[in-house]
Amino acid sequence: MLGYAIRRVLGAIPTILVLIIASFFLMHLAPGGPFTSERPLPPEVLANIEARYGLDQPLWKQLWDYLCNIVLRFDFGPSFVFKDRDVSDIISQGLPITLTYGLLSFFVATLIGVALGVAAAIRHNTWLDYLAVSLGVFAQALPNFIMGPILILIFTLWLGWLPGGGWNGGHWPYLIMPVIALSTSYMGSISRITRSAMLEVLNSNFIRTARAKGLSEAKIIWRHALKPTLLPVISYLGPVFVYVVTGSVFVDIYFSTGGLGKYFVSAALTRDYSVLLGITILYGVLTVVVNLLTDLAYAWLDPKIRFQ
Amino acid sequence: MKSFRLLCLLAVVCNFLNFGVAAANGHIPADVKLADDQTFTYRMLDEFTSVDPQIVEDVSGSEVVRDLFEGLMNQAADGQLVPGVATGYEVNDDNTVYTFMLRDNAKWSNGDQVTAHDFVFAWQRAADPELASPYQWFVELMSIENAAAIIKGEQPVDTLGVKALDDQTFEVTLSAPLPYFPQMTTHSTTFPAPQKVIEQHGDEWTKTENIVSNGAYVLTEHLPNERSVRERNPMYWDNANTTLDKTVALVINDENVALTRYLAGELDRTEVPAGQFPRLKKEYPQEAISFPRLCNYYYTFNLSDSGPAAFKDVRVRKALALSIDRKILTEKVLAGGQPEAYTFTPAAVAGFAPPAVEMAGMSQADRDAKAKQLLEEAGFGPDKPLSFEMMYNTSEAHKKIAVAMSQMWKQKLGAEITLANMEWKVFLETRGSQGFELARGAWCGDYNEASTFLDLLDSESGYNDGKYNNAELDALLDEAKSSSDTSVLYTKVEEIFADEMPMIPVYHYAGVYMMDSDVGNWPVDNVQQNWYSKDLYKIAE
Repeated sequence: MLGYAIRRVLGAIPTILVLIIASFFLMHLAPGGPFTSERPLPPEVLANIEARYGLDQPLWKQLWDYLCNIVLRFDFGPSFVFKDRDVSDIISQGLPITLTYGLLSFFVATLIGVALGVAAAIRHNTWLDYLAVSLGVFAQALPNFIMGPILILIFTLWLGWLPGGGWNGGHWPYLIMPVIALSTSYMGSISRITRSAMLEVLNSNFIRTARAKGLSEAKIIWRHALKPTLLPVISYLGPVFVYVVTGSVFVDIYFSTGGLGKYFVSAALTRDYSVLLGITILYGVLTVVVNLLTDLAYAWLDPKIRFQ
Repeated sequence: MKSFRLLCLLAVVCNFLNFGVAAANGHIPADVKLADDQTFTYRMLDEFTSVDPQIVEDVSGSEVVRDLFEGLMNQAADGQLVPGVATGYEVNDDNTVYTFMLRDNAKWSNGDQVTAHDFVFAWQRAADPELASPYQWFVELMSIENAAAIIKGEQPVDTLGVKALDDQTFEVTLSAPLPYFPQMTTHSTTFPAPQKVIEQHGDEWTKTENIVSNGAYVLTEHLPNERSVRERNPMYWDNANTTLDKTVALVINDENVALTRYLAGELDRTEVPAGQFPRLKKEYPQEAISFPRLCNYYYTFNLSDSGPAAFKDVRVRKALALSIDRKILTEKVLAGGQPEAYTFTPAAVAGFAPPAVEMAGMSQADRDAKAKQLLEEAGFGPDKPLSFEMMYNTSEAHKKIAVAMSQMWKQKLGAEITLANMEWKVFLETRGSQGFELARGAWCGDYNEASTFLDLLDSESGYNDGKYNNAELDALLDEAKSSSDTSVLYTKVEEIFADEMPMIPVYHYAGVYMMDSDVGNWPVDNVQQNWYSKDLYKIAE
């Protein structure tokens, strides 16, 4: 398995390289640049700025310099928009924030989602099942850009229990609303997937055998049914993990958390090339690593899967 | 007029020198009881790009920089010039050499004296091609001797027309007389910079742990995209007359969330989302405020070769301008107290006398009738409807205006309009390369003088995206650069504008805020909305 993991990591290098090159050229294809503004700069001023950031070089040279700086110095360059800061600064400030509320949301969504799904499957066609399914559909249908303002309205304006936004070092009152907003829809999906997977497993032959042996229901669920149930859930959780940790632009916008999601989107809009590329690479690496972890988790869950 | 304005400015300066302390204390009325907690918290639309005075280019950043640093002159609550680090200035007979006298008690936050050398360093830095500040254009605009050549890299930075005659005397030589030069020294690009600190820390000098500033406040906390905090600078020369202890800027991108947080008591000031002002004014009459701002909103015709032939006919342009019901746009769509626009320059601009434009005096029914008549004369009618594309950048607010305008044209003139919205940078690129027929535009004045708007109409202007070209108008603008009576010239320019209608003025901006009634001395009369925390105070509730 170690050999497999090493081969997968090495195989990821060309993938990331292709990602960088494709993103680089796509970014430059988009009309306008970081210094296009409502007040077009005089040509001599624009020339000075482009010289400072190396944008006066041919594209292949810019790309080459960029790759060299990453490989040799681990330097992702300065931000073109936030002129007092460089990309590493922005990532090292935003990533811990994004990871904190992202991971929390991931665990909340997974734990509650799986619990709801299992409960619904065990009590199939009872009020508990209907409640879990309704909750799941409702949560899945509620986009987080609706959730954000509604939560703030309820908990900040009407009840006055929670601060309407900010981060404050990740102090818990500031975390509650972002985590609810981000985890809810994933929780809905996870509960639905878990429920249908569990129902299928509970109707399979080996469970019938287990029941025939006279095992207790709790033992059947925990020892035999849960592991195979989690297989489809795990394949869903891989991408969700990446989404939750990266796709947090709404949380950042509505709750002013200062995470990376906002930087990613605004960098695309303002053509902040270096920030956009830096975060793209980070997300690319994250996706590759998480995919690998998901595949390794399969082997642990299902003895039928083995890696060559 | 120019010399008169100069005299007025000098009078204000002298007044201040004589009654300096009284004037500074005067911003708190005697019957006001101050609150114990002197903290002002406001919503910032987006994270600022920099707090380096020579680099900052966005409104949010400039607001912070105005608190952290102090330039030669400041603006009072009504927008008038008042002394900053300079106690006053003298100008030679040609209006080309300005000599500023600096106060001897101005200090940096590390205790060092603020000297004329700090200004020389900062102004050279602003022009330096190596720093590559986007606001190099402002240094060019200030007409400082050799600025253009330095920016082009043809001359060394130390040839810039700025000199420290001694620690307290700063001299600026201009390549051409500029009537509004002193006003430009309230702009952040001209604020002093701490040479030692910049040389020691390089690009990192603006970090909270390194920054040294000379304004009434210092930056004590900065969490990008979340908040920044500025607190009293005990070294500030006028600290004794500063009331507010702390100003907190919270970055809240969504204006509806910001309003909710304002109503929950987390903010002292926020912008009112479009269309909500009437409701809020009714519910919170003391807190919902609206006042004129120094910005215009317009649509520009593409008059270049790539533009449609129909727009080359002034009758078509006038017909379109006439048939927009600005009352509906300002009262029903925007509903924030915005003034209707019939001139390019907002009436709120200092020293600007708007001409009596014919269109402004007509009733909407008369305008519509005239528009129909003009369009028919131009050869358009039910058999041959006028059709064109109207371009704006993607935004709910712009969309509402564009939809309303296109419907008015459709109903009144039978015109067929295609709406095209584009992402911001694509929009700018398309407009800048004349790839449009009719495009949205907006402009905010860099200083309180009509030329900051009217220069857009100059055929040579890089901002003249419609490529309007009128030699007479160009000549008038040229003359205004050195004239002593600019008001008459600007009025003439506006008359030509009204005659030729190269752009359709739609409305002028208003500052529409929710402002907690315990905030004292907010400068509602400063049309540029250049506010200084040092002039504000919090009243006990």
